[in-house]
Amino acid sequence: MTQASVMLDPTGELSPAVRARLARPDSLAGKTVGLLDISKPRGDVFLDRIEERLTAMEVSVKRYRKPTFTRVAPTELKQQIAGEVDLVVEGLAD
Amino acid sequence: MPSLPDGLIVVAKRDCPTCQLIEPLLADIDRQAGPLTVYSQDDPTFGEGVSGAHHDATLEHSFHLKTEFVPTLIRVENGEEVERTYGWHREDWQRLTGIADLGEDLPVMRPGCGSKTLEPGIAEKLEVQFGDTRLHAREIDTDADDLIEACYERGWSDGLPVVPPTPERVLRMLKGTDRDPAEEVGLVPPDLAPCTVEKVAINAVMAGCKPEYMPVLLAALEAALTDEFGLHGLLCTTMFAGPMIIANGPVTKAIGMNSGNNALGQGNRANATIGRALQLIVRNVGGGRPGEIDRATLGTPGKYTFCFAEAEDSEWLPLAEERGVPSGNSAVTLFAGEGVQGIVDQKSRTPESLAKSFALALRAVDHPKMAMAGDAVLVVSPEHSRVFIEAGWTKARLLEELETLLRFPGEEMVAGAGGIAEGIPEQFRDKTVPKFRPGGLLIVRAGGTAGLFSAVIAGWAASGPVGSSPVTREVKV
Repeated sequence: MTQASVMLDPTGELSPAVRARLARPDSLAGKTVGLLDISKPRGDVFLDRIEERLTAMEVSVKRYRKPTFTRVAPTELKQQIAGEVDLVVEGLAD
Repeated sequence: MPSLPDGLIVVAKRDCPTCQLIEPLLADIDRQAGPLTVYSQDDPTFGEGVSGAHHDATLEHSFHLKTEFVPTLIRVENGEEVERTYGWHREDWQRLTGIADLGEDLPVMRPGCGSKTLEPGIAEKLEVQFGDTRLHAREIDTDADDLIEACYERGWSDGLPVVPPTPERVLRMLKGTDRDPAEEVGLVPPDLAPCTVEKVAINAVMAGCKPEYMPVLLAALEAALTDEFGLHGLLCTTMFAGPMIIANGPVTKAIGMNSGNNALGQGNRANATIGRALQLIVRNVGGGRPGEIDRATLGTPGKYTFCFAEAEDSEWLPLAEERGVPSGNSAVTLFAGEGVQGIVDQKSRTPESLAKSFALALRAVDHPKMAMAGDAVLVVSPEHSRVFIEAGWTKARLLEELETLLRFPGEEMVAGAGGIAEGIPEQFRDKTVPKFRPGGLLIVRAGGTAGLFSAVIAGWAASGPVGSSPVTREVKV
């Protein structure tokens, strides 16, 4: 079980305490987009359509699939995705 | 803080035999001299029968009453404590309660036990929970199952695991200094963020320091933040150097710093964590991170931590004393240091021969054809220093000799000479050129007692007023 803990901020406190998300890219031009199917039913339907749309925009796409949605992605897959694409779209639900 | 109940207060715990001894008296005290409030630190049934008996399960009352021993008997009038006694001293208890024959059948005196509030690890928790901690740093709430990983994710680490800076640990660290947690030590580059004593303590926790290291770390930070040391330029440079700490004086022995075997290496907590804490402050408070403002081409392992003590010898003036610190006082000297280059000379038995070896090695600082660029620290091992000491050479004498040996004809050093494009400007061709600027060569004695080896620690090529000069600060213990 996890429990809430408190740590004291060691920084100069010049940035917000809540970590900001990575900025979204201004444009997809020249980027490679990864489409991650987590192996939930009909995730492929959603991602096929996204691929169609992206390909029409001349954005290159790579497809990935987690062996099962019940576990976190295997390290090899995460490393492969991180090495091959600039951003990832994940199909999360049925 | 809750107000005190008027009358008498007893703080006790079942675990303490003296508390058990006085327990039968509580009902009499309540009846004849009450109202009586009893705070039991452990057993909820202690003092049963007294209406004012409470189980101080959280120890909040014991904490606010500053209880050091049990039993403690306190008399309160108008919400103010007027007198207290602890342990069982029959006369004191009789006086405080006003019951002349209280405990007549008990021994005259029995010492008490320590209060649960002072048990190891408890005191800081209570201070965080109930006290005025005087902590101001932003609290980061996390539900991470591993705080060490949470620190990594927030970018607080130099690459090695850090100790999660919980308020309890930070409070314990702050016990290592008398300075106010809110006191500002200085502005840390590159962000020029104010660094309080509290921020120093937080980073010291993360680095793995013990509280007793705080005075050394604070002195090192003060030295690093001086204009002469030029920390901003040092941490931005594409070159190798980082802040290195050389400690002198009694504090080095008191906190167990290593000046001997493997003095420049791993394995000593004080050396390792004081140097690391300074770098974590640069990273976290100042925002100086590699790949961002830290533009080092290669860097050096010393940028994790680089801190050691001088192996002081009565025959050789310690570095801090050479630099004006009175004998018997402790100090740190900050130096913008690169890596360690060994000098192996197992054959020289005369000071003249060994000094020549040293000079040859020192010539390589930055580049053998560069001069008056980087400073250097020459670390002389005990076996090598013995060669000089037995011949009657002081450190100053060795330095004088090295300065003579490290003067070179400009024609060897200028750009292009020897078929090497690197070198000093052509204008020095007809001059004699000293390798180091005046004051740019420091000598320190350190190392294990076996081994005819010394070492050169080259400085930043932008040494001196243009970049970084060594800075010495006394450690206020």
